[in-house]
Amino acid sequence: MKLLSKRNGYFLFAILATAFFYSKDGDITTSVYATGAAFALPLALAAMVGIMCERTGIVNIGIEGTMLLSAFVAFFVSSLTQNIIIGLICAVFTGSMMGLILAVMAVSWRMDQIIAGTILNILATGLTSFLYVQGKTIPSVFQAIEVPVLSKIPFFGPVLFIHGALTFIGIAIILALYVAIYHTSWGLRSRAVGEHPSSADTAGVSVARLRYINVTIAGGIGALAGAYLSLELVGSFERGFTAGKGFTALALMIFGRWNPLGALAAALFFGLAQAYANQLMIDQVVNIPTQFTAILPYVMTIVVLTISAGKVRPPAAEGQPYEKGQA
Amino acid sequence: MSQTKVAPKEVGKPAKNFDVGSWLVPVIAVLVAMSLAAILMRLQGSNPLTAYKSLFTTAFGSAAGIGATLGKSTPLVLSGLAVAVGLRAGLFNIGAQGQLLSGALAAAWAGVTFEGLPGYIHIPIALIVGAFFGSIVAGISGFLKAYRGVHEVITTIMLNSIVMGIADYLASHQLREPDQFLTRTSEIQASAKMPVYAHLPLGFFIAVALAGAIWWILGRTTSGFRIETVGRNRHAAWYAGISVKRTVISAMLISGAIAGLGGAVETLGITYRYAPAFNLGLGFDGITIALLGRVHPLGIIPGAILIGGMRAGAANMQFDSGVAPELVDLLMALILLLVTAPLITRFFKNSSNKSMTSGWGS
Repeated sequence: MKLLSKRNGYFLFAILATAFFYSKDGDITTSVYATGAAFALPLALAAMVGIMCERTGIVNIGIEGTMLLSAFVAFFVSSLTQNIIIGLICAVFTGSMMGLILAVMAVSWRMDQIIAGTILNILATGLTSFLYVQGKTIPSVFQAIEVPVLSKIPFFGPVLFIHGALTFIGIAIILALYVAIYHTSWGLRSRAVGEHPSSADTAGVSVARLRYINVTIAGGIGALAGAYLSLELVGSFERGFTAGKGFTALALMIFGRWNPLGALAAALFFGLAQAYANQLMIDQVVNIPTQFTAILPYVMTIVVLTISAGKVRPPAAEGQPYEKGQA
Repeated sequence: MSQTKVAPKEVGKPAKNFDVGSWLVPVIAVLVAMSLAAILMRLQGSNPLTAYKSLFTTAFGSAAGIGATLGKSTPLVLSGLAVAVGLRAGLFNIGAQGQLLSGALAAAWAGVTFEGLPGYIHIPIALIVGAFFGSIVAGISGFLKAYRGVHEVITTIMLNSIVMGIADYLASHQLREPDQFLTRTSEIQASAKMPVYAHLPLGFFIAVALAGAIWWILGRTTSGFRIETVGRNRHAAWYAGISVKRTVISAMLISGAIAGLGGAVETLGITYRYAPAFNLGLGFDGITIALLGRVHPLGIIPGAILIGGMRAGAANMQFDSGVAPELVDLLMALILLLVTAPLITRFFKNSSNKSMTSGWGS
């Protein structure tokens, strides 16, 4: 491995910048980074949904809708049963069903996958705005857990080891997905199906089955991202609650080159940028109108895609339905 | 609709779309969606029959009702048309919403700022300004698609939020109504207000005429042929010497201009000012309407009138039956799901077996 690679350069820059900010004001830097990590988690998880689907050749732009409907189910089932665990389970089930519907449309019906995803998004928007009721509350959010010993480390402790249960589950899923994609036979098969389905088929891998399984599981992960928003980070639900996070995640997936750790790094950068923008507003250092901080993620997504387009290579069979016997 | 049957010169399938069988699909989709929604209403404890009766008598039961319905349908015809033009070129313009918003705000600005013009000059100017800004917003996506290969679905969605933020900012600062607490622009000049003839809004006729014009352009002109060819097979179009990049950008510009016009018509004919709460969701409705109308420029009109009628009757329905007006959003989603499943497989399955919107690049 080259020591002077571009990636190591980014790492070094990130470490130096963090150290610089920390030396100027330790407490604020720590809190900004902790907030940044909390903002980054749903984006990173949603990016995992995209990676899991696209690595097997299915474009999923329905992540936004999956997150929205799952966040809705998580919140209202928790409110109804006064139990956030039941809410979480129902949300994950909902998300998996959304994934399954996408798989039916994309794999069995061979529909255009972009339109299939858009249908999921519009369906989620329609259902959540029709069924939305004001004034419901949940008993509590997933409370922050302090990991013994580790949370006492200065800076890293509060940033990484004081979070709610869903954060830790999320981080575990991201790391597990990285290992699974590159170091298990499931991962190898999935990548083969996404790159060259007919070869995978020849080698005895069932393309349709693997796509069904991956897209359905990915839906469950998307649900976790949605449930995290309504049951841990915010603790409420509004119409249009996910505010484009599912789409931003797709850009992060591309920026991270369809690699779970790459997407995680991109999400952290994005989350931190937002946390810093918030902090600057609180400190009154700069007076940016709220409308402009709100559109920042979207502008950054377009900029990132414009810069990285053409330089990154998506899975070769992405977006194409597979029919047995095709070349 | 008699002239819709004569489209022999049209390329490929659209001409065939007007046989009885294909018209059945949208009709059945609408009926099934309404039944599903009725079950949900029942579960919520409301009476679906009262709700639907109230909805449709309000919308279609009187001259004033029909006028209101056509008023609500106007931006829907235009946003549906915008999405349809994009789809014909193989572009999925989800950004009709943002383009429509920028058109609405720009028309409000033109309607407020220009003074002392007669109506027959003021209204066209304001409409053109609206269409121009809608077209610029869409043009960004078209340009990025053509020259950077960034997928138009992502950029148009992002631009929706960006435009909404900027419009919100302008309406609460530079363009805000003086001495008013609300976030909204001043009312447009009387000369910019579009006339209504015996309950029938002028905008609706503009929209229908434009739909006819687009149908003619796509089916009978060289530029239309280019758009259709690029939409059907980009590689074949390139091989035939059509500039794919230029066609993609011009299709987006046309699509955005139509959506912007939709916003402008709404401002000049219905709301008479811009406020962030207006126009919500109109652009997304366009997607459903375009697909319900089978991506045919004239086919979108009945769908738009149906949805417009529901929008017009929704408030009264809530009053009569207690069902939330968001029922219309739910119906739209169900209709979209039902109408696309069998339709899209047929419409977008091209010979090369490759999906038109694959991947993020190329």
